[in-house]
Amino acid sequence: MTTLPLHGIAGAAGLALALAVPLGSALAADETPPAVEAANHEPSIESQSWSFTGPFGVYDNAQLQRGFLVYKTICANCHSMRLLSYRNLGESGGPEFSPEEVNAIANEVQVTDGPNDKGEMFQRPARPSDPFHSPFANDAAARVANRGALPPDLSVMAKARPGGPDYIHALLTGYRPAPAGFQLAPGMQYNVAFPGHQVAMPPPLFDGAVKYTDGTKPTVDNYARDVAAYLMWAAEPKLEERHKLGARVIIYLIAFAVIMFLAKRTIWARLHGKAAHTA
Amino acid sequence: MTHTSSYEPSTGIEKWLDQRLPVPRLMYDQFLAFPTPRNLNYWWTFGGILTFMLVSQIATGVVLAMNYVATPSMAFDSVEHIMRDVNWGWLLRYTHAFGASMFFLAAYIHTFRGLYYGSYKAPREVLWILGVLILFLMIATAFMGYSLVWGQMSFWAVTVITNLFSSLDAVIPGLGTRLVQWIWGGFAVGGPTLTRLYSLHYFFPFVIAGIVVLHIWALHIPGNNNPTGIDVKSARDTVPFHPYYTIKDGFALALFALFFATFVFYAPNLLGHPDNYIPANPLQTPQHIVPEWYFLPFYAILRAIPSKLFGVAALLGAIIVLFFVPWLDTSRVRSTSYRPIYKWFFWAYVVTCVMLGYLGSQPPEGIYLVLGRIFTAYYFLFFLVVMPVVGWIEKPKALPGSITESVLGPEEAPPATPQPAPRRRTPEPVL
Repeated sequence: MTTLPLHGIAGAAGLALALAVPLGSALAADETPPAVEAANHEPSIESQSWSFTGPFGVYDNAQLQRGFLVYKTICANCHSMRLLSYRNLGESGGPEFSPEEVNAIANEVQVTDGPNDKGEMFQRPARPSDPFHSPFANDAAARVANRGALPPDLSVMAKARPGGPDYIHALLTGYRPAPAGFQLAPGMQYNVAFPGHQVAMPPPLFDGAVKYTDGTKPTVDNYARDVAAYLMWAAEPKLEERHKLGARVIIYLIAFAVIMFLAKRTIWARLHGKAAHTA
Repeated sequence: MTHTSSYEPSTGIEKWLDQRLPVPRLMYDQFLAFPTPRNLNYWWTFGGILTFMLVSQIATGVVLAMNYVATPSMAFDSVEHIMRDVNWGWLLRYTHAFGASMFFLAAYIHTFRGLYYGSYKAPREVLWILGVLILFLMIATAFMGYSLVWGQMSFWAVTVITNLFSSLDAVIPGLGTRLVQWIWGGFAVGGPTLTRLYSLHYFFPFVIAGIVVLHIWALHIPGNNNPTGIDVKSARDTVPFHPYYTIKDGFALALFALFFATFVFYAPNLLGHPDNYIPANPLQTPQHIVPEWYFLPFYAILRAIPSKLFGVAALLGAIIVLFFVPWLDTSRVRSTSYRPIYKWFFWAYVVTCVMLGYLGSQPPEGIYLVLGRIFTAYYFLFFLVVMPVVGWIEKPKALPGSITESVLGPEEAPPATPQPAPRRRTPEPVL
C-alpha cells in the first residue's frame, strides 16, 4: 500500500537529482564563456578572482571607475564602444558616477549634431544621452591608422572571447619577448594569451600610465584587472539586477516546489486509502 | 481515452453554452475527468513541461519581436538594445535563448520516454508521427531563431546549413545552386535571407501549436500509455487527470522551472558560443563553425558521411526514420522494461546519441571521425535492424496482470476477472 508514495518520492528525487547535477558546474562557470581550444598555439589564460562571479556577485564600483579611467585614457584612443552611452556610467549596477561626473565626462567630448535650421551640421559637447564617441570615423580610417589592423569594438568584448574577463586580463599582461625561433610577422607582437600568439596591438599599458587617486597601485596588472572588470560590466550591465532578481525567483520556486510536493503527496494519499478499502 | 462524458452543466451559462459551443464540456471531459493510468512515472510529466515551454517561448518571443529589427545592419544592435535599454529585456532574451535549450532538453527526454515505453505502438502511431513532426518543426524554428542574432555563429550557421541544399547539384546540375539562391533571396546570405528567416521564425511556432493540439487529440483517443505498456483493463487502473496528474505535473514543472531559472539568472551564456557576440562578418569565417548543442548529434551524422549529398540524406534520414518506428518495431510488448534483449540495444542507442553530440562538437578528423562513423552506423542499425529483428526473436518477460496489480502488487489486487478491455466505458467519478 505504501509502495506508490515511496515510488513517487523516489521518482521525484531522481528527477530533481538528474536536473541538479549540471548546476554545480553551471554556477562555477557563471559569466565566463567556456574555453575553446586555439588552433595551433594554446593560449595561456589564468583565471582571476572577480567580485562579480558566483550567484551573489556584484560589481566593485570603484574598480569599474578605475577601469573606465584606463579605458578612457588608453583604450579609447583606438577602440570604440558604440553600444554604450555616457548615461550608462551613472546607472545603478555600474561604475555609478554621480550625475555631475557623468555630465563632465560627456562634456569633454565634441560630437557632430544637426542639421540645424540653416541645414548645417555643427559640433557641440556630448550629453549623457549620447553614445560613446568612436575614435575613428569608419573602419577604413581605423585600419589606416593601425597599419591595416582593425581595433575591434569593445562593447561586448568580455562576452565575445573564450575566457571573457580572464582573457582580457591575460591578454593585457601577456606581452613577452618572442621565444627563439618563433617567426613573428613584421609589426606584430608576441603575446602568450592571444590565439596563435601574434597580436597586432602593441603593449598598451605600462606601470604609471594612468593616475589612480584611490591608493590602488598603478601597475599593469591592476590596470588590466580593472579594465577587464569594466569591460565585463559594459558587456553585461544588468548582471547585478539579474543576480538579485534570480535569488528571489529561486527562493520563490523552491517554496513553490515544496508546496506542490506536499500537495501532491496529500492528494495521492487519498488514492491509497481508497485502494486499501476496495482490496 | 474515449470515454462517455460525465459533465453536468450546472449554471445557466454552462447549460446555454453546452447547446451551442460545448467548450466547458470538452475541457471538463478532456482535462479534468480524463481517465489516466494510475502508474505514470515522472518521465510522463515532460508533456506538460513542453506545453509550458512552448507558451513561454511564444510569450517571450512576441515581446522580443516588438523590439527586434530584422536588417543586417540593425539586427545585432537591436538585440543589444533589448539587453540594455528595454525594460526587462535581458530577462526576456535570456529566457527565450536559454528556453530554446530547455525546450529541446524536455523534447528529447519526452521522445526517449516514448521510445523506451513503446508509446509509438498501436494504437498510438499517429500520436507518435505528430510528435516527430513537432520535433522536426522545432529544429527548423530553433535554427531560424538562432540566426536572427546575426552574430558570427548565426551568420555562418545559416551559410553552412542553407548551402546543404546545393548538394542537390549532384542529382541535377544547377538545381541545388538555384534552390540555395532562391532560399537566400540573392547570391549570398544577406538582408533578404534575414527577413525571411524572421518571418518564418514567427510563423512556425503557431504551426507547432496547431500540431500540438492534434498531438493531444491523438493522445486522448487511445489514452496514455504507461510504464507497463499494458492496456487499461478496468476503472481501477485509472484516476481522473485532475487532481492527480495536474498536481503531479505541476510539481515536476516547478522543479523544471527551478532548473531553468538557475541558468537564466546565473549562467545565461553557458550554452552560447562567444563568437555570437561578434557581429556577423561575411568576410571572416570563424575557425570552427559549431551549431547549438541540440543539433550536434545531427551535425556529427552529416560530417560522418564523406559525400555531401549522402551526408545531407543521412542528416534528414536520422529524423525521417523516426516516422517509421511504429512499423519497424516488431515486438509484441510495448515497454522496454519487459524486453531483456532489446533493453541493452536501447541504452546503447541512448549512449550513441550522447556520443554523437560530443563528436559533433569536435573537429571531424582522426579518431573523432572514426567514432563518428561507428556511432552513425549504429544510429541507423538500431532502427533498421535491431528494432525489427530483436522484436521478432526476443521472449518478453511476464507482464503484470493489470496496471493496478503493477502498482499495488498481486496480493492486493482483486480476484482476476478475465474480461477484455472495453472500448468505451464510464470513467471513475471525480474524487
